[in-house]
Amino acid sequence: MQPNRAAAPNAEPLFETINVTKSYGPFTALRDISFAVSDGEFVSIVGPNGAGKTTLVNVVTGLLRPTVGEVRFLGQDIAGVGPVELARRGMSRAFQLVNIFPALTVRETLAVAVASRLRRIANPFRSLWRDSVLQADIERVAEVLGLRGKLDTVASTLSQGEKKLLDIASAFALNPTVILLDEPTSGVSTGDKHAIMEVLVTAAKAAGVRAIVQVEHDMDLVERYSHRIVALQGGAMLADMPPDAFFKDPAMIAAVVGTRPQSKKAH
Amino acid sequence: MPSVDIASPAVPRAMPRVSGLWVLLALLAIMALLPFVASPYVLLLMLPFMGYGIALLGFNLLFGTTGLLSFGHAMFLGIGAYTAAALTSKFGVKSFELLLLAAALGSGLVSIVTGLLCVRYTRIFFGMLTLAFGMLFHSFLFKFYAVTGGDQGMRVLRPLLLGMEWRGGKTAFLTGPFYYYSLVLFALLGLAMWRITQSPFGLHLKAIRENAGKAAYVGVQIFRMRLAAFVISAVYGGIGGTILAVTTGLADPELAYWTHSGNLVFMAVLGGSGTFAGPAIGALVFVLLQDFVMSLTQYWRFVMGGVLVLLVVFLPQGLSGAVSLLFNRRNGGR
Repeated sequence: MQPNRAAAPNAEPLFETINVTKSYGPFTALRDISFAVSDGEFVSIVGPNGAGKTTLVNVVTGLLRPTVGEVRFLGQDIAGVGPVELARRGMSRAFQLVNIFPALTVRETLAVAVASRLRRIANPFRSLWRDSVLQADIERVAEVLGLRGKLDTVASTLSQGEKKLLDIASAFALNPTVILLDEPTSGVSTGDKHAIMEVLVTAAKAAGVRAIVQVEHDMDLVERYSHRIVALQGGAMLADMPPDAFFKDPAMIAAVVGTRPQSKKAH
Repeated sequence: MPSVDIASPAVPRAMPRVSGLWVLLALLAIMALLPFVASPYVLLLMLPFMGYGIALLGFNLLFGTTGLLSFGHAMFLGIGAYTAAALTSKFGVKSFELLLLAAALGSGLVSIVTGLLCVRYTRIFFGMLTLAFGMLFHSFLFKFYAVTGGDQGMRVLRPLLLGMEWRGGKTAFLTGPFYYYSLVLFALLGLAMWRITQSPFGLHLKAIRENAGKAAYVGVQIFRMRLAAFVISAVYGGIGGTILAVTTGLADPELAYWTHSGNLVFMAVLGGSGTFAGPAIGALVFVLLQDFVMSLTQYWRFVMGGVLVLLVVFLPQGLSGAVSLLFNRRNGGR
């Protein structure tokens, strides 16, 4: 089946994977994946467990080098460049599991990212606290992600939802061009999920993030927020289409979720 | 905390109420007044404290801040001591400033070479590698008799301070000018270390300690930062070792022996690696405790071992952790 491409981007895509295949010995985790993300898009990657979503994210974020194919970000090949270089080039990532610096405060957590971006590291005697540019930037990021009141709270004492937000906030603090979220709302309550997504989308606009790519299981969230859905199955690309087309196709839903999402009717 | 993981640095759970810098400076202020009231014996005990205190400031940048526990750090104290010995007794260099500079350079250079390998590993693997390098260095000191004097060690001659020669007895020199010189050096290095821990650089080290995997995704250069922390801590170790060697007048291979590295770990745990001044306080208490116990019994190692056991079981956060716990309780805090 020929992937049903969304409207062809008028400009060069922000990033794209071109015929990416990733094999581990005889096992092929990803097979010939090509998709592109353009300015202003919110793309969701969906698929059942083992479909290769996380492998795809790891390839796209330069953590894994594809066996075959190319990953291009802003026109440059980023295959295997590693996380630090990727962050420098403007792609940041938040994780599936809560991933924080437990003993650091919210302010310090954001300062880690802001200090890397503003290149404040070379001089080890420079003050962290008397750097007004850096502190203002921390407060700006905290403000858009609703963590302003928690700046001096130690991360390990935050609630689960706040920890997620903090993880996402530190990705935002890099002022990324593209942000990649691996199940941004996993492990939080349904109410919190929507709250987090709202904050996320608003923050992305405020921070000038040009595209968001997320891996998500919750089909409610996928339907509500995505402009486009990339569906994977068994390491291969099943679909690349807008959500209304995707959710009208029972075969798609069956392939990705297993059954029709009952929860939608219950709500 | 359900289990005590002593191989990890004790991490403060809340913002410290009293800045570690003030604790250290208060301690140093008391020490500045000490020569007016204390006996020469006590002042002579303070010199190894200052040597260890400086070394521990560096050691804790690696352990408490970056989360890397070295079991070979005494090597850098040994390098400092032997640099002072070689320069004073073989090359006739007497300027203490030059000795310090050479010790800092020597330990810094060795730490770059060994660190390039060591900091690629963490936890027990890092510990074992540093231990291995420490033992290599010790056997070099021990076996290359012609160069290092083997088990006899090397003499360290009295240096010139600020280009001035100090006459008079050894004790007068050590408890007078050298005491104050070391104290000023301790204060300056303490201030410098405080700046490091309060900088974005220091924050990146803490981020590595907390979660290296995530740190990389927010732009922390893990390898480079770990290496930097390793080198800075080695430079502090070299300077501390130089003070120790001038104090005893001898560079001894025991200085670089692995049990001596163990003592550094003991001091850091004793004082509390989660605070800025804790390890320096640990050095002070260790020096005093060792002197006291040694005067009572020849089985002092046994007693020190017992203290360490009690410490790990009852005060995993060290003395400074215990003090802040008491302080917080009294103030109705958590």
